[in-house]
Amino acid sequence: MELIASLAIGVLAGSGVWLLLRARTFQVIVGLALLSYAVNLFIFSTGGLRSGAAAILRAGESGSLADYADPLPQALVLTAIVIGFATTALLLVVLLAARGLTGSDHVDGRERDR
Amino acid sequence: MTAWTDHLLMAPIVVPMLAGAAMILIGDRRRNLIGLIGLVSTVTLVLLAGLLLAMADEPVVRIYRLGNWPTLFGIVLVLDRLSALMLALAAVLGFAAFIFSLGRWHRAGVFFHPLFQFQLMGLNGAFLTGDLFNLFVFFEVMLAASYGMALHGSGVARVRAGLHYITVNLVASLLFLIGVSVVYGIAGTLNMADLAFRMRDIVAEDRGLLETGLAIMGIAFLVKAAMWPLGFWLPPTYAAATTPAAAILSILSKVGIYAVLRVWLLLFGGETGPSAGFGSHWLVVGGLLTIAFGSIAVLATQNLPRLAGASVLISSGTLLAAIGAGQVAVTGGALFYMASSVLAIGAFFLLIELVERGREVGADVLAVTRAAFGSGEDEEELEEQEIVGVVIPGTLAILGFAFMACALLLAGLPPLSGFLAKFAILSAVLGPTGAGLRITAWALMAALILSGFATVIAMVRSGIDVFWTNPARRPPRIGVVEILPIAFLLLLCIALTVGAGPAMDYMQAAARDLHAPTAYLRGVFAGRPDAVP
Repeated sequence: MELIASLAIGVLAGSGVWLLLRARTFQVIVGLALLSYAVNLFIFSTGGLRSGAAAILRAGESGSLADYADPLPQALVLTAIVIGFATTALLLVVLLAARGLTGSDHVDGRERDR
Repeated sequence: MTAWTDHLLMAPIVVPMLAGAAMILIGDRRRNLIGLIGLVSTVTLVLLAGLLLAMADEPVVRIYRLGNWPTLFGIVLVLDRLSALMLALAAVLGFAAFIFSLGRWHRAGVFFHPLFQFQLMGLNGAFLTGDLFNLFVFFEVMLAASYGMALHGSGVARVRAGLHYITVNLVASLLFLIGVSVVYGIAGTLNMADLAFRMRDIVAEDRGLLETGLAIMGIAFLVKAAMWPLGFWLPPTYAAATTPAAAILSILSKVGIYAVLRVWLLLFGGETGPSAGFGSHWLVVGGLLTIAFGSIAVLATQNLPRLAGASVLISSGTLLAAIGAGQVAVTGGALFYMASSVLAIGAFFLLIELVERGREVGADVLAVTRAAFGSGEDEEELEEQEIVGVVIPGTLAILGFAFMACALLLAGLPPLSGFLAKFAILSAVLGPTGAGLRITAWALMAALILSGFATVIAMVRSGIDVFWTNPARRPPRIGVVEILPIAFLLLLCIALTVGAGPAMDYMQAAARDLHAPTAYLRGVFAGRPDAVP
């Protein structure tokens, strides 16, 4: 499971960075989205990768990380997803505005002089 | 143990939040009501900041536990001297920018006032929070509002600069998150005080990873602080933003500095085990390079908003290099410098718009080109008219004085507080107690003096250009609400100069607390949850 998760994070982050460095605004925003998926998975994995472990204590049992999943990264990742989602949506609007105002989808608002 | 005054710690976050929410519900049409709410909120923030500043100036660090959870489980807000100082700066600058915006800028687009309030809320939250994840959350609140503020008024230049600004900051936020999660994965805590405790006991094989995580987080802070080479987004964004937005954005770069001061000094300053002093060379070198880049930018720029943006770079670089020097007295001087430069740059951003008003578009560029290549046209014209002396109109004279004060403050010339700040940094760096690398000390001194020199040249050049050779045909029409905030900020700088003794004592005490954070740690951990009454 660790291998799959780390490969997924690596592939997502790698493609995200590559797209982020491209010159078209749409590619940049897709790159940012991929990068934020990678980061979210990474945050999630810092609590340790387990399957079938609950994060909420059952009544009458003492809590221990041996039996339960760490709830904090899950809370963090929720917050990060919400914030990342909102800011990406905002960037999307700015992208459209830039496309409309400058008439170009280059990140600098104009094509590079050849 | 909770006195009612402890609840005041929450107020700088709650007041602008409620004000902003109320403004959205009321709707953007009823300008007067919204303006009134904004006025009440910003004035309240200034008063609160004064109160908190007085409360913080004592050995005990106050904390506020949200929901009365025990410190390590719940969220804590911490008020020490540094956070109170930052709150005060944000409140004062926010008040000035708000009043200025009432002149005309708040009508340039929708939802200016709510965004402004949320911006203040994010700033205050970032200064008060005691754990890393909430620092991230408040950074995002502040940034989300700042995206709206930077784009306020729309237009091609703003959208183009805003696109870069948002993208760069989103990437920085992702780096912040990576750093936070690495820290949590290794240390198992996000509370800054708890983290400082645990730093000593991290086993050797994990230490490298933890330092990497903190360094990644540090990059996010330094992007905000616009350290070279992470700060290329800053001058275009600030130059393109509307005036009050630029003034309030100018303190955003200081949030990065604040985060570096808080986190770096808590975790790596002083007696914190094997990691002490981690990355200080990077701060010094990066700061010096930022100063160099800022000085070149100041000299190279042909318009005033970019000049102001470049002075933000110089100020960030100076602060980073001074913090990296890692001595108490230098940090104290740096805090004084921060107060002075935040006020001065804020005033300068507001002033620029008034000065530029009424001048033809692109006048700066033309003037510099004329100076460089010489076009005989103007001189002939002057001779024809045989003007012996031009009477400078009253409005321009006031603006000129304000401009001069800004120039003195930014360049660090006597008699104003900019000089005192630089002097405090330099005397501490070169003083007998200033141990450490001598080469750092001399490099810092050279950088400070040369950057001041570059600022003087640039300011004098544009000052002559704006007020003497090329004045507006008609004096610009300026409302009282627009000149008052500038006067307010400059008067505060003068107050800082006159009251330099007590102010410097406060800064030095703040610096001592930062370098030996026992009071901070004790304050945060003193808190057991109060018994429910």
